[in-house]
Amino acid sequence: MAHFEKASSITEWLDQRLALTTVKKVIALEYWIPKNINFLWAMGMVLAFTFALLVISGIFLLMYYQPSVDTAFDSVNYTLMSEVGFGWLWRHIHGVAASVVFLVIYIHMFTGIYYGSYKKGREIIWLSGMLLFIVFSAEAFSGYMLPWGQMSYWAGMVITNLFEGFSPDIAGGILNAPGLVEWIRGDYVPGQAFLSRFFMLHVLLLPLVIMALIALHFAALRIPHVNNQDGEEFDYHEAAKLYKEGNTKESKVIPFQPVFLSKDVFVLGVYLIFFFYLVFYHFNFAMDPVNFDPADGLKTPAHIYPEWYFLWSYEILRPFPKDPGLIAFGFAQMAFFLLPFLDKSDTVAPANRRGLFKYWFWIMIVDMIVLTVMGKLPPQGIWNHIGLVAAVVFIALFVALPWVTKNENRA
Amino acid sequence: MSNRRDFMGIALGGFTALAGGIPALYAMKRSWDPLPSIKAAGFTEVDLTTISENELITEKWRGKPIFILKKSANMPQDPRDVVAGGARYHVSIGLCTHLGCIPAYFPSETKFKCACHGGEFDASGKNTFGPPPTPLVIPPFKVDGNKIVLGEAGPAYLEMQKAGIA
Repeated sequence: MAHFEKASSITEWLDQRLALTTVKKVIALEYWIPKNINFLWAMGMVLAFTFALLVISGIFLLMYYQPSVDTAFDSVNYTLMSEVGFGWLWRHIHGVAASVVFLVIYIHMFTGIYYGSYKKGREIIWLSGMLLFIVFSAEAFSGYMLPWGQMSYWAGMVITNLFEGFSPDIAGGILNAPGLVEWIRGDYVPGQAFLSRFFMLHVLLLPLVIMALIALHFAALRIPHVNNQDGEEFDYHEAAKLYKEGNTKESKVIPFQPVFLSKDVFVLGVYLIFFFYLVFYHFNFAMDPVNFDPADGLKTPAHIYPEWYFLWSYEILRPFPKDPGLIAFGFAQMAFFLLPFLDKSDTVAPANRRGLFKYWFWIMIVDMIVLTVMGKLPPQGIWNHIGLVAAVVFIALFVALPWVTKNENRA
Repeated sequence: MSNRRDFMGIALGGFTALAGGIPALYAMKRSWDPLPSIKAAGFTEVDLTTISENELITEKWRGKPIFILKKSANMPQDPRDVVAGGARYHVSIGLCTHLGCIPAYFPSETKFKCACHGGEFDASGKNTFGPPPTPLVIPPFKVDGNKIVLGEAGPAYLEMQKAGIA
């Protein structure tokens, strides 16, 4: 057995057994963050906090929610909303956070793209972040099933039908897997088996995966460090040494705690004013009126559209015939993963200092907004054409990216 | 020595994967299968005598809507029609073959139109416009006098299957 001296304080006692001082140093007091950053660098903390809000509000919802096709709708819309004290608060926090979390994810993601924070050693940060985006999407979708309203049912129907795969005349039917859709649903249509398994995914398996991925995402940041506004590379050891010697002004870094955290908490505070404003006064934007009708397998709602954060990829699926549509949709899901490998430039810098990439970035942003707007509009007339053009532009942008960025290395 | 240790590791890993992993995956797959009670879910019998021409009837079979449309004499005939008691009927699963929304029937145009992505089908269930890749699917059926049994494959259905239209 290891030798232990008698401790003179609780801190020392814990230190001997858990090395708390060392742990604190490694994860906070001597975790160095560059000075040259702006409020966009706080989005990670905003996301972590929003995830915590989702977990806490979810725990309270879980105590009254009943995952049964007969009682799910009432357990949400009656029991939680009118009987449970402050049940409405948890529901509105959960609903608003589920929507807002995607807004912040997109800001976080586009910040990373703009400043080139996905390459030259930061690939795993990018890939784990994109995995988080996909699992968050699955988490949002499975949660959307649970109130078992009309939109829950029909979104479940339409999205699981995607797994029917290609019609047999394409690729000799290789991906045509009869019975796959029924297997996913556990029934011919979304029913009890479907609701129970999506409930399990939403409250257990997917949150576990998300937590593991968040750990990986944070860990991937340690070695390449956080990027800065100029994509500047500098010696962290030297900068940290300067700071510890008291030359805080000359040093290019600040410790995570307490200096960076105080800035983070300020941004978080501003964000939370906005967040709780939505929770208390504008929660309706996250509550689709169609979903206040109970699920009915014999009546399709007039328009089936996903929540706003899925609209852009939905619009890439929609204007094409079925098989090319599925291929385009699959491509849209994968395209952002490939970003570090499609970008052939060695430069880590803001997009506006990167030649053609500047135009690429802003066209991509505008195109995503156009796709999002078109996804919400009914598929008629001119909207169909604009949607098709925007979808083609999106695919073309990613296909062209290696050539757009290749020339930067020469300059 | 490390070779022997590697061998033990590979042997243990391989054994675990083969004897534990594959059966476990199989068990997990089977646990997600539709239950026998759901698969055995009954047959639906529909009386056709009460149906009037060019008016869409929607029945429920295995949780899915079934379209039954009695054709009038001036509507074009099709090999996909179900003939019972001297009349012709269009019978299909009422889910758009694009992504499974329920199309609505417009009697004046004798067309099915899907609100989700704009697909259209004629009164015989054939896709005429938009993203649907195939005609509406004909469910297994058996004609029994003036009745039709859904879920049971009768001679007329088997013939359609042979012709590749069901």
